[in-house]
Amino acid sequence: MTASLIARGRRRRARRRHAVIGGACALLLAGFALTLMLGQSFVAPQTVLRVLAGQDVPGASFTVGQLRLPRAVVAILAGLSFGLGGAAFQIMLRNPLASPDIIGISRGASVAAVLAIVVLDLDGPMVSVMAVIAGLAVAIAIHGLASRGGVAGTRLILVGIGVSAMLDSVIAWTLSRAPSWDLAEAMRWLTGSVNGAHLSQALPLLASLAVFGGLLVSRSRDLETLRLGDDTAAALGTDVAATRVAVIVAAVGLIAVATAITGPIAFVAFLSGPIAARILGPNGSVLIPAALVGAALVLVGDYAGQFLLPARFPVGVVTGALGAPYLIYLIVRMNRTGGSL
Amino acid sequence: MTAATAIPGLDRRPGGGRGLWLVLLVFLLALLGALSVAVGTRDVGLDDILAALHGRTDSIGQAAVAARIPRTVLAAVAGAALGLSGAVMQGVTRNPLADPGILGVNLGASLAVAVAVAWFGIASMQAYVWVAIGGAGATAAFVYAIGSLGRGGPTPLKLALAGMATSVALSSLVVAVMLSRGDVAGGLQAWQIGGVGGATFARLMPVLPFLGAGLAISLASARWLNALALGDDMAAGLGERVAVARGVSSAGAILLCGATTAVCGPIGFVGLVVPHLCRLLTGIDHRWLLPFSALGGACLLIASDIAGRLLARPAELDVGIVTALVGAPVFVGIVRRARVREL
Amino acid sequence: MTAHSLSVHRLSAGYGDRTILQGLDLDILPGRITAIVGANACGKSTLLRSMARLLAPQQGQVLLDGKAVHRMPPRQVARIMGLLPQSPLAPEGIAVADLVGRGRHPHHGILSRWSQADDQAVADAMEATRTLDLAHCAVDELSGGQRQRVWIAMALAQQTDLLLLDEPTTFLDISHQIEVLDLLTDLNQRRGTTVVMVLHDLNLAARYADHLVAMAGGALHAQGAPDEVLTEDTVRAVFGLSSRIVPDPTSGRPMMLPIGRHRMA
Repeated sequence: MTASLIARGRRRRARRRHAVIGGACALLLAGFALTLMLGQSFVAPQTVLRVLAGQDVPGASFTVGQLRLPRAVVAILAGLSFGLGGAAFQIMLRNPLASPDIIGISRGASVAAVLAIVVLDLDGPMVSVMAVIAGLAVAIAIHGLASRGGVAGTRLILVGIGVSAMLDSVIAWTLSRAPSWDLAEAMRWLTGSVNGAHLSQALPLLASLAVFGGLLVSRSRDLETLRLGDDTAAALGTDVAATRVAVIVAAVGLIAVATAITGPIAFVAFLSGPIAARILGPNGSVLIPAALVGAALVLVGDYAGQFLLPARFPVGVVTGALGAPYLIYLIVRMNRTGGSL
Repeated sequence: MTAATAIPGLDRRPGGGRGLWLVLLVFLLALLGALSVAVGTRDVGLDDILAALHGRTDSIGQAAVAARIPRTVLAAVAGAALGLSGAVMQGVTRNPLADPGILGVNLGASLAVAVAVAWFGIASMQAYVWVAIGGAGATAAFVYAIGSLGRGGPTPLKLALAGMATSVALSSLVVAVMLSRGDVAGGLQAWQIGGVGGATFARLMPVLPFLGAGLAISLASARWLNALALGDDMAAGLGERVAVARGVSSAGAILLCGATTAVCGPIGFVGLVVPHLCRLLTGIDHRWLLPFSALGGACLLIASDIAGRLLARPAELDVGIVTALVGAPVFVGIVRRARVREL
Repeated sequence: MTAHSLSVHRLSAGYGDRTILQGLDLDILPGRITAIVGANACGKSTLLRSMARLLAPQQGQVLLDGKAVHRMPPRQVARIMGLLPQSPLAPEGIAVADLVGRGRHPHHGILSRWSQADDQAVADAMEATRTLDLAHCAVDELSGGQRQRVWIAMALAQQTDLLLLDEPTTFLDISHQIEVLDLLTDLNQRRGTTVVMVLHDLNLAARYADHLVAMAGGALHAQGAPDEVLTEDTVRAVFGLSSRIVPDPTSGRPMMLPIGRHRMA
């Protein structure tokens, strides 16, 4: 009798969750289709389908097949990675400010990618590997610097801000040494961009989503218990330390691989989780919805940067301009409640 | 013998030998200044240096040295202004992390200059300064307002985050301005990283009145800052008009960092690091701390400029990059040392 | 229910280099209520956190059914022993029933699905704590006393024979303190749950506990029935306070009246 009452509430939450995820997937697909059709010139849906089917259509094969499709695919995959990785950090550290792009992990990956490309003249998977290693190194460094008998959230964030500032100047230094000072290329490593995306770049992104994303989702129940506090999570039988390590490795992997390809697209990791949580409400883990929101942010932000604004801007400039007011809103809200975030 | 002198250790408080430290600091500044003129990407002999100091520019070496003189002066002036402005901001906000760079004030000046150059065709140094100071002031007011809303007042975390959010938004906007005006982007980009290279006395002259005014106001506000350090209520209890004290002191700090940003672009962390180091020497009395911070800032910026010239030979490293590399670890150190309650 | 045994053997524990507990021995009485009391920083929370394996011992061990608890698989321990920490965190907007359901975590693997038995366990826990009518409320909207009942419900949904609580009555009004302690006594009497809790209030500890453990300076000072433990000597040794002990007229248990420097008749 009472058990059925509990079951009803649980099923209602599950239904809402599925509706949100389904709706987000549908919207994302629609956005994907629209960005393939719209742009400088309109391409009819049938033509898009013919190009996707591999037929050679004069004109459309180039604009859709070579320009728009790779760009949209890379945008979506990078957005999924940023959204997942960012939300994982925010859940684990129980603080929306503790996202990898604020505490310097994206910056670390970006520095490694810039060094690998500009100084060591590498490309392809080696860049991703270096980015992942650097991201992990920054994560370990920040953790070590901020911990003094347990990790204090505020200190971790401030340490991260300091480390980011230093890494930023390393990027600026490396870029100033680059043989040809190219503003567009510099923008990629400072704010993130999907300009000139290739379909071949989708492969490492897919692989990282499969490996790191899979690891993260398999740990999502343990991760959820961390939201109740470390002590409660341990009392519920979660191995807190092991979960932490798995989540950090997976989230840093996702963020770093995506950063090595698109640059640190500003604030996508930071924004996706809270937006997803707002849409989803208290109906289960926010991981998957956050990934979908991240994909939508990058896809739409890139489209807006290309076609909706007076000049052509890389996607990172658009998301950066979106994210900053939200960060300010968080601070104002923190002030109003008087407590921490 | 009075009771106070009978307490052992009381006279060994920090700042015991402040006069001696002041002399040492002046000496250090002179030494660094000489080094900055002598050392660079090109090795120059002593005779060339002496000749250049007498105004001769016959050989390449003499010309190189002659170009280093205004550069050294600019580094000293800018460093002093930034160090002083950081010390005042930390005093006004009672916040160990306040710095024109971290609070985004420098970027506010950047955006104002970028907009002025790209859209209003402003090109004179005189106009740059006004625009930069306006941008710096508006940003400072904005960040401080956001950071101090609500209970608890302006805590370091809130101010640092408000500054960071504002910086990201402003730098997005600066990029947007630059991308839409490709023709002026290159110059803006170089200016934006922050440098003292290519300085001339002609470029430096127009900002000197502003720096002088800022310096005078800031040094005069030392007594106010000492009162504010006890908390607003206590300062009011001691008979200070808190709002006036805070407004005037901030105006001095903003004049200093706005004018500096107009000449060299945003340079971060000098205003953060220098007052902290100086506090170790002088203790918390602002009447000593402020002049020490000015001298220390000048030393740090000249030293960073020399390091930038030597590290990246034969190219040069902009001084803003060097100060960030040096300053960020100090920032992290301050955060680590502070108790969580204070953050 | 089979009674599980929990004991502490020559335990030294602390934080970082700092050792707080020094070679402590303690056996928890199965099926009874044990209260741990002592002055601030005497190590009572450290002891509870060590028993709940939140803190690894520096030396010695904590034995659950004769096995070292820190080496057992976490989920297996969590099916035997529940814990309510001092300040658990409720995710924003989470519904009461959802939060209580989190207590089922140790009974699930990565792939297992929610079952009828899980729903029943949640319902039972909420019935026992009288939180069923709050099932669909958001936890952040509840009062302090209601919230503490919900957290206890979560620990109950875990269906453990042992329940450890770290100061379950702090921040509560006196009426809610009594409510929580009554609830824990109900559990102990109806289900035979072994309860171990750290309590701040000596008199409430003496009234509700079967077994009182008094700690001072990281060591056990005295343990036993409240009548034996709560004496004027113990209070002086543990709290550095002069006092008188009188029988509590409502419960017959001992009650401590502090003696200060003023207002003494």
